[in-house]
Formats: sequence, C-alpha cells, structure tokens
Amino acid sequence: MLSTPFYSRADRIFGMVNAILLGIFAIGALYPIIYIFSMSISSGAAVTQGRVFLLPVDIDFSAYGRVLNDRLFWTSYANTIFYTVFGVITSLLFIVPGAYALSKPRIRGRRVFGFIIAFTMWFNAGMIPFFLNMRDLGLLDSRLGILIGFAANAFNIILMRNYFESISPSFEEAARMDGANDLQILWKVYIPLAKPALATITLLCAISRWNGYFWAMVLLRAEEKIPLQVYLKKTIVDLNVNEEFAGALLTNSYSMETVVGAIIVMSIIPVIIVYPVVQKYFTKGVMLGGVKE
Amino acid sequence: MTSATKAQSLPLPAATLEVRSKPLERLWKDIKRDWLLYAMLLPTIIWFLVFLYKPMIGLQMAFKQYSAWKGIAGSPWIGFDHFVTLFQSEQFLRAIRNTLTLSGLSLLFGFPMPILLALMINEVYSKGYRKAIQTIVYLPHFISVVIVAGLVVTFLSPSTGVVNNVLSWFGMDRIYFLTQPEWFRPIYISSNIWKEAGFDSIVYLAAIMSINPALYESAQVDGATRWQMITRITLPCIIPTIAVLLVIRLGHILEVGFEYIILLYQPTTYETADVISTYIYRLGLQGARYDIATAAGIFNAVVALVIVLFANHMSRRITKTGVF
Repeated sequence: MLSTPFYSRADRIFGMVNAILLGIFAIGALYPIIYIFSMSISSGAAVTQGRVFLLPVDIDFSAYGRVLNDRLFWTSYANTIFYTVFGVITSLLFIVPGAYALSKPRIRGRRVFGFIIAFTMWFNAGMIPFFLNMRDLGLLDSRLGILIGFAANAFNIILMRNYFESISPSFEEAARMDGANDLQILWKVYIPLAKPALATITLLCAISRWNGYFWAMVLLRAEEKIPLQVYLKKTIVDLNVNEEFAGALLTNSYSMETVVGAIIVMSIIPVIIVYPVVQKYFTKGVMLGGVKE
Repeated sequence: MTSATKAQSLPLPAATLEVRSKPLERLWKDIKRDWLLYAMLLPTIIWFLVFLYKPMIGLQMAFKQYSAWKGIAGSPWIGFDHFVTLFQSEQFLRAIRNTLTLSGLSLLFGFPMPILLALMINEVYSKGYRKAIQTIVYLPHFISVVIVAGLVVTFLSPSTGVVNNVLSWFGMDRIYFLTQPEWFRPIYISSNIWKEAGFDSIVYLAAIMSINPALYESAQVDGATRWQMITRITLPCIIPTIAVLLVIRLGHILEVGFEYIILLYQPTTYETADVISTYIYRLGLQGARYDIATAAGIFNAVVALVIVLFANHMSRRITKTGVF
C-alpha cells in the first residue's frame, strides 16, 4: 500500500514480527491438511504407534489401494459430480431468467414478485415442513428431488438481479432495434455482459452442491444415490466399520487411520485443483454481493 | 380545496383518460407485449411457491395433534399445547440456553479474529508473501463441514490422534475429547475459527483498501509509526464495517452451525452441544414427532425474525443504510 522506501528501525522490527506471526497462522491453517496427507501415505503401524507428526513415516500407499477398490467411494464420487454439474445447470435455469425479468422496471407486479423472493431470506417454514413437503411431492430418495428441491435461493437471485440492473439499458434498446426478442437479448447481450456475476453464482452453487450433506443424508435412502459427503460422514466421522474391513485391517499394512486419511485426501483434491479459480472469483464475489449472508 | 376541485373539473388528456378507464385492458396489453419476460419469471416464482411457500401450510401442524392417518388437514386442533409442552421440557430449555451460549462464545472468540488477520495482512508490504498468506488462510473455508468434522475426529482420537499423542508425550493422560461435555464448545469454536477466520477477513481487507491513501501519506510526513497508523487511521476507518458486521452477527445469534454440530455431538455431550436446531432434527426427523418439532421450529423462526429485524433497524441507524 505504501511505497515510501524509508522505515524506522522500530517499524522494520514491527513488520518482521508481524510477518512471522502471520507465517505461524498460515502454518496453523495448513497443518491439518499436511498432517492428513502425511498420515495417509505412512504405514498403518507408524500411525497407530503415534510416530507421525508432520512428515510421512515408513511410506506406504496401501491405504490408497484400499480406497481405490472401494466401489461405494466411486459411486458416491460419481453421484457428487452428477449432482454438482446438473445441480448448477438447474440452479442457473431457475435463477438467471427470473433475475433478468425482475431487473426490468416495466414488469408488472415487480415489487410483489421481488418481495415473494426476498421474504424467504427472513422467514421460512423450517426443517420439518420442508421435509414433509418433499415427501408429499414424492421427492424422497429421488435424484430429481436433490436437483430441483435446492435449485434457487433468494440471495443468488438478488445478486444476479442487481448485476443485471447495473447494465445500461442502451444495450437492450440497441438489440431491440435489431429485432431481437427478450430471450435473445438475455442470451446474446446480457449473459455475455454479466459473466463475472454468472461465474460467482456458478461457483457458489457448485461449492454448496459439492460440500452439502445434510439434506442428501435426510432425503436419500438408497446407497447408490448418496453423494460423496454422505459417504464421508459414514466413513470418516461415524467410523462405521463393517466386518470385511475389520478383517482386512488385520492382514494389511494400512490401518483405519491411514484409510481415513486417504479418503480425506482424495476428497479434497478436486477442491484444491479448482481453488485458484474459486479464490479469484470469490474475493470479487464478496464485493459483488456487498456483505455476504 | 378550491384548487383541487378546479383541477378535477379540468379536462384530462386523452391518453390518461384511457388508462384510468381501462386498467385491465392496459395490463393485458403490457403482458402481451412482454409475455416472454413473464414466461422467464414464471418458473422462478413457481419454484418459490412450491418449495418455500407450500411448506408454510404445514406450519399449522404446530397447533394440531398430528396423526399420519388423518394427514395435516384432518388432524384435530389443540391450540398451544405443544408450545406449553416444549416450555415444560428441560431438554428444550437446555437447547435454548446452549444455542445462546454457543453463539455468544463464538461471537466473543470468533468475531475479532478476522479483523486482527485483516490488519496483519494489510501490514505485509511484500506482495508475494501477502498473496501466499491470503491463499493459505482462505483455503479452509472451501473444505466441507463433513471433512472438517473428520479432521477433528482424527486429530482428537484418544488412541491415535495427534493431540493425544502430544499429551502423552508430556506425560499427561489421554482425553476422549468428543465424549466430554466440557470440551465440546472449545472444539466447536476453535475448529470454526480455523475454517472461517481467513475467509471472513476479506470483507475487512476490502474496507481497509478503500481508505484514502492520502491519510497515510500525511501521517508519514508527520513522522507517525506503523503502530500509530494502525490505531489512529486503519482501525477508526473500518469501525463502520465492524459495526455493521457485528450487528449482522447479533441478528443471527440463534443460528449456529447445526449441520456441523450434528456431526460432532453425541448423547454424552448433549448437555452442552444440543442446540435448538439439533433438537428439532432429533425430535422431528429422527423421532417423527412432526407436530411438536414444527412448534419448536416456529418458535425459533419467529424469535430469529424479530431479532434480525431489530438488528437491521439498528444497523440502519448506525450507517444510515440497511443491511438488506
């Protein structure tokens, strides 16, 4: 921020202490992830005996072999990819056109519609009536229910509408001169102009789909429909051990802990890969939506 | 009076006259002209009605003796009986107390952290180092609560967890943290700080960025130290942001991360960990006591709404601009 080259001695010491403290914070933020990674590629015995603190001990990849051969892990992984991709598409279909229409002052009843949407930020029926409604709609244990039941939310619509409103109406007028209808104007003019907002909303939706577990756990029954996070809850939080796994632990070089570590690492990898993109848009997104929440 | 009657007696322009006489026709004309826009809006509105408004019909359950045979509409009304039962239940009162305690403590310990972090990050003048720190401390925000809970379980494991390994290294007894009520709050709050403090600092950093650099320049000319610039310029300039965010947090005092709590709590820690929403979850979704759980939900939602509206009113007074 400041570009003045001269600092007093005290200021330089202050800057150094500050930098060191921040470094310690950063190590603290990163340590659990590094530790889990090291644990996952250590031998089961080393972890059980408490010999792993930071770096891997007796490197051993058998825990990964175990996870890679777990059919349910891959099923739930594929489900999560499905729910994320199609969930984002469903969300955009329910958010973008609606937000566009609401951004036009000429829409009749604009304030009423806006209120219908915004009101849900302050009051909603709550967990039990929402669940019973899903049940009555026949959306229990249904992939469609997961996709459509969580498609829209007031915050994203308002964020998108505000962005559309900030685009000059002269673009629309010019397109209308060329004979375009509202749908064409949205698709060819407004969507390209609203790319930053669209990217933010796409990422917001994708992250909540990828990370969400609660409603998937409540609504889905069949094992072959559950997303990764529900699988993770069973394996790394509840530590459900079936007989086959208990038996395998006796004869293999992995342990319960290293398998848990391997599962965590394999689940975090996609997040780490897309993280640079996400970080870029999210820091902007926080500004875009004003204050989050 | 006279001018009004005079205005009325004046002949109105033709166009206005037409609007006044045929509003429905005009509405129809508007809808026909913009039918595509209305068609775009329709799915969104229907979605809100079906998924967020239709459940509100189910709220009547809170005042009924719900029976699965008779359905919601056919079940008999019983007035406020469920609410009376709730307030006579020690468990529900405990859940209210726990919600407020957990929220209050999270606020006390969690709220200052992002501010501190933002102030510290702002003092780093090396661009590369600054970027590296930001990248690292924002990362945990994107890790799911399930994985965070998995990390907590792994780290605190009594037999192999690294925390207990260190304890026994120092000759201390191993602690089964997750089964002990007195440990639940520190675990919940510290893991939340780990997950969110970095990301929450973004808002404050943005506020710091928008401070006029001329303030710092003139302070430097006057020979101010960096510490003085923080306490006399940076901090006072972001006080409005801090105030607004504090009010928002207070407005959401009844909201705790119940999805996270469900993962970490267990019957032996309900004493400190059971909050209103986890209570509703156990009673309603696990115990199928839909009616009384809905009553608890209504109580929670109404109180939360009142607090949010009050908080919004306060923030309007602080900044002259509302949060919403």
